[in-house]
Amino acid sequence: MKGLLEAVIRGLGNGSVYALLALGFVIIYKATRVISFAQPALMLAGGVAVSHLAGTTGFYAAVPLAALLVAGVALGVERAAIRPMVGRPAFVVAIITLGVDVVVRVVVNAFIGRDVRQVGDPWGFAQVELGPLVVQQRWLAMLAVTAALVALLFAFFRYTRYGLAMRAAAHDQETALAQGISVGAVFALSWAIAGFLAAVAGAFAGTGQGIEQSTWVIALKALPAIIVGGLDSLGGAVAGGLVVGVVESLFQSYQGEYAPWLGQNFAVVSPYVVMLVVLLVRPYGLFGTREVERV
Amino acid sequence: MRGRPLLHTSYAQDMALLDTPAKRLWAALLVALAFALPVVLADRSLEVLSGAYALAIGAIGLNIVTGYAGQVSLGHAFFVAVGAYTAAALSAPPGGRTLGFGLTEIWIWLPAAGLAAAAAGVLVAPLATRLRGLYLAVVTLGLVFLGEHVFKEWKALTGGPGVGREAAVPRLLGYPLDQDGPLGTKEQVLYVLMLALLVGFAVAARNLARSRVGRAFAAIRDRDIAAAVIGVPLTRYKVLAFGVSSFYAGCAGGLLFTVSGYVEPGSFSLLLSVQFIAMVLIGGVATVSGSIAGALFISLLQPLTRTLPALVPLVSADTTRTPNVFQVETVLYGLLIVLFLVFEPRGLVGLWIRVRGYWKSWPFSY
Repeated sequence: MKGLLEAVIRGLGNGSVYALLALGFVIIYKATRVISFAQPALMLAGGVAVSHLAGTTGFYAAVPLAALLVAGVALGVERAAIRPMVGRPAFVVAIITLGVDVVVRVVVNAFIGRDVRQVGDPWGFAQVELGPLVVQQRWLAMLAVTAALVALLFAFFRYTRYGLAMRAAAHDQETALAQGISVGAVFALSWAIAGFLAAVAGAFAGTGQGIEQSTWVIALKALPAIIVGGLDSLGGAVAGGLVVGVVESLFQSYQGEYAPWLGQNFAVVSPYVVMLVVLLVRPYGLFGTREVERV
Repeated sequence: MRGRPLLHTSYAQDMALLDTPAKRLWAALLVALAFALPVVLADRSLEVLSGAYALAIGAIGLNIVTGYAGQVSLGHAFFVAVGAYTAAALSAPPGGRTLGFGLTEIWIWLPAAGLAAAAAGVLVAPLATRLRGLYLAVVTLGLVFLGEHVFKEWKALTGGPGVGREAAVPRLLGYPLDQDGPLGTKEQVLYVLMLALLVGFAVAARNLARSRVGRAFAAIRDRDIAAAVIGVPLTRYKVLAFGVSSFYAGCAGGLLFTVSGYVEPGSFSLLLSVQFIAMVLIGGVATVSGSIAGALFISLLQPLTRTLPALVPLVSADTTRTPNVFQVETVLYGLLIVLFLVFEPRGLVGLWIRVRGYWKSWPFSY
């Protein structure tokens, strides 16, 4: 039982990183109807930026700085590669983001080099006791930061002018345009927010084990998360991210013991199995809206 | 109708594979030229081209499901892997380190590789019929990861990551095609084999595209509900598209590694899928000639970037230095995909159509 709870907390910690990435995916999807495959590169960029900045400014200042920097990069990407494609099929734009991802990642890799870069986080692998449970501090930090960011984000969408504009544009672009909302600005803002969240996720993905060239694969686990939660549901993204994190953590702890025939490191691919199972039951995810089909 | 090649007076003419005399002439010349290349080119170049032809078969397969039928698949690498391992296992000698059945005849293992992959495709297809667009893209992406895991763990079949196993051994009626022999060097024989197979597969794909099935695919791509309304059974044709596409992928997988003679389970990663997507997009969506052009383009990119350090002193061949050839190559993949999609969505075929259109109407601009 103790082991189980510890595994769940570890899963929630990792899951909150997935949730931040998934939120980025969903925000871009809602605004532009495109899945941005550039998120992994933005996440990696965030982690690397933190690792370079943390030496001079300290971890706590480096995270927001890096997040703003990556948000700027995301704005640039949106302006250069995505805006010219307005009105083209979603698939084409998605493939463009795939191309952008490849390019950005090569550039970022040049800043990583061969070795693991530490992000200079104050937690490392240090542990803390929660009653009978012993868990790593960084899981709790991830969970707390994600909770705070999610609360801020939902408040932003609910109570601010721009949040309202984004919701309107997500609902119906033409009507939003007719009401004087700059849909272009909404696209830009959604990319910037997604970049910001990805960078924070990158910083936290790098806590403890550090950032290396292969860290980007973590961001791909947000894809099953958004599919599980439903592509167009913000709450679903958070729930999906946490579910994916917990499932992965449980497989990590128990699969070797109960199902060794699945092979080593099955935990790494378990999110995709969850995704397939959910899709067989609910093709639009747990919280996604069913598409209305008209000819 | 002499002198008016575009005037079609019958449906047969309209649907012909090559509808103008000019196309027939140039296609024949191109194929003849391709078959003449082994006499001229060095073995090293022939090896690159053979690999490109095998990839082109896979790219045609992806174009059938993604280009013609409009079902986005990022899972092509998985089907290529199924084909590669089926072929390798069938043709390997029994009782070795990895699974083997000793059936080295190419006419046995090549169709078997295709059929195994097609079976995998048909198994995945029910998911595809429930999902559309980007949902499907993400699910097929998951398939690549699951497949990679299975192939890395199934050491009896694949030899395990980093170790790998020997690839399929091509023999035709007892004649070994992968050794120097009376017909020519190993590279020359394999080149002719790949080219002949590519021509066969390409013609078959063109025929499929202009048939009842091809029209059904196009209808589904353009608007699937409308297609269902006019009487196209969606499920059947989507399953068929995945099956045929995977058959091509499986055959490509079986052939792809005969050149190097060695398969490693890490080769079938997301990167391979992205490369196939790049071939289809850079070449031209829903065109067979585009798939071939795209595959040649992507395959030649690698040897071309390898020559860069000699020309551009800034780029280094050393992987530890920063602008190195591998980075340049990867950046080029990404940039080319973006640039083609932004500026010429029809791909290389589109560029050709522009050139052709310019000279057709010359000296007028339209």
